[in-house]
Amino acid sequence: MKILVCISKSPDTTSKIAFTDNNTKFDESGVQYIVNPYDEWYALVRAIELKEQHGGEVTTITVGTPADDSIIRKALAIGADNAVRVNMEATDAYSVAFQISEYAKNENFDIVFTGKETINFNGAQLGGMISELMDVPYISIASKLEMNGNVATAHREIIGGVEVVEVNTPFVISAAKGMAEQRIPNMRGIMAARTKPLTVVEPVSCDPLVNYESFSLPDSKQECKYIEPGNMDELVELLHNEAKVI
Amino acid sequence: MSVLVYIDTTSGSIAKHAMEAVNYGSQIGETTVLTNGSIDRNELASLGKYGAKKVLVQDTTSEDPAQLSKMIQAAANAENADTIIVSYDLIGKAVGPRISAGLKAGYIPGAVALPDGDNRIKTNVFSGKANGYCQANTSKRIIGLTPNSIGVTEGDGNAEVTDFNSDLGPSGITVKSVEKQEGDILLTEAELVVSAGRGLKGPENWGMVEDLAKSLGAATACSRPVADIGWRPHHEHVGQTGIAIRPNLYIAAGISGAIQHLAGVNQSKTIVVINTDPEAPFFKAADYGIVGDAFEVLPRLNEAVKNFKANN
Repeated sequence: MKILVCISKSPDTTSKIAFTDNNTKFDESGVQYIVNPYDEWYALVRAIELKEQHGGEVTTITVGTPADDSIIRKALAIGADNAVRVNMEATDAYSVAFQISEYAKNENFDIVFTGKETINFNGAQLGGMISELMDVPYISIASKLEMNGNVATAHREIIGGVEVVEVNTPFVISAAKGMAEQRIPNMRGIMAARTKPLTVVEPVSCDPLVNYESFSLPDSKQECKYIEPGNMDELVELLHNEAKVI
Repeated sequence: MSVLVYIDTTSGSIAKHAMEAVNYGSQIGETTVLTNGSIDRNELASLGKYGAKKVLVQDTTSEDPAQLSKMIQAAANAENADTIIVSYDLIGKAVGPRISAGLKAGYIPGAVALPDGDNRIKTNVFSGKANGYCQANTSKRIIGLTPNSIGVTEGDGNAEVTDFNSDLGPSGITVKSVEKQEGDILLTEAELVVSAGRGLKGPENWGMVEDLAKSLGAATACSRPVADIGWRPHHEHVGQTGIAIRPNLYIAAGISGAIQHLAGVNQSKTIVVINTDPEAPFFKAADYGIVGDAFEVLPRLNEAVKNFKANN
């Protein structure tokens, strides 16, 4: 089984979010980049588990600059066999999806994994776009995936529940919580990752479809108003008359 | 501007966030709604109250993003739509990006406001910790509207309902079974949410959370540790790795307010925090705080709500 896992970087979940250059750029100073948690914990680990069960190969792909090589090595340390980096600064989701599908279309992957979203842009876009560009089925926001030959059984989240679906390879799947458990790379994995192949390919020309012109931080919350635990009538009154939510 | 709004009505009714999406579209341009399933025509005509001029119905219950995307692209082309709107929910997240790649039209996910004069649209980014102002570079655009962003305004009018037939192509996905959440109010649709965490000490104590939720007409939710240890089902888990919600009222009992939890709830309009620890970080994000024991506060709050409901 040949599996491709799309990996992107995201700021550590505890990063302070700030912007520079007149609020047009994310302020990277002091920010530690990690593998986007949905890509790592769920997509990559499930891909490796499937390889362990059924044999095959796990390749990661990242659209990024040499600065991204450290997160790619982390993915290799967790257990991917090899990695591809498309050598360009990632702009919008479409251009990333386009580069990945251009690479993937000649490689006959059985499964293309993405995380359900990145934690910086929360766009949940990549898997859907890749599936459309490659004209294959898409299982969006899946919490489980089992393979039996070339038939996959997956759980996908639907409004108010879960749907069990069947699909034949090749397909694209976006992975959410439940798909796998986080794996911490061991020393052997980290050593092995240094010598695993990381192929750099040049991008194909593609214009971004959207553009984030600027950013802002949410209005700061007003001071919390404290209410005595014995006085819940007052809280109800405030929720009704002041907040107007009940 | 010509607007196409896709809404899912396979459940047989029109969800609030669907009315909201229609409302949103009608404030941008002349709005046509596209839907599928076997919903009552009169109910669809009532979408005129939210600004729809026309409703197209295709007779299919498919939930395959590939097929839905084909259908929406066909309708957008037939109607010459330059703005396509989907709700930024589980279905919108699956089809929005497919339509974007299919039409090579810019997709703006997580919109929380109408476009401004320069067609920039405010969106949620960094898990609710910031806003991004996003603009499409293409003549057509797709907008994923975050539910409960602009609310619903009801007016007058009836929409004209007509059949729509487009070629969906084959589906690669077979639905084997469906496990629906038991119970009352869907968390993602709920305007009021009562949530609790490890401070409740065990699943047997959730009765008081459910009682309060019932009195308010609220949905119940929980923090990640509570879902992970199996006290509550995973679909109740709100937070960075669970689901993100933005109800009008979020009441959190016995949840300290880790940054990952806040990421899922910080878009709520009003937050009430109940915690024994006055230093709990959640109080910094709260509008109303009660430093006290959830075991005492929740039943008292429930009584107060019941009294209020009886008199109003």
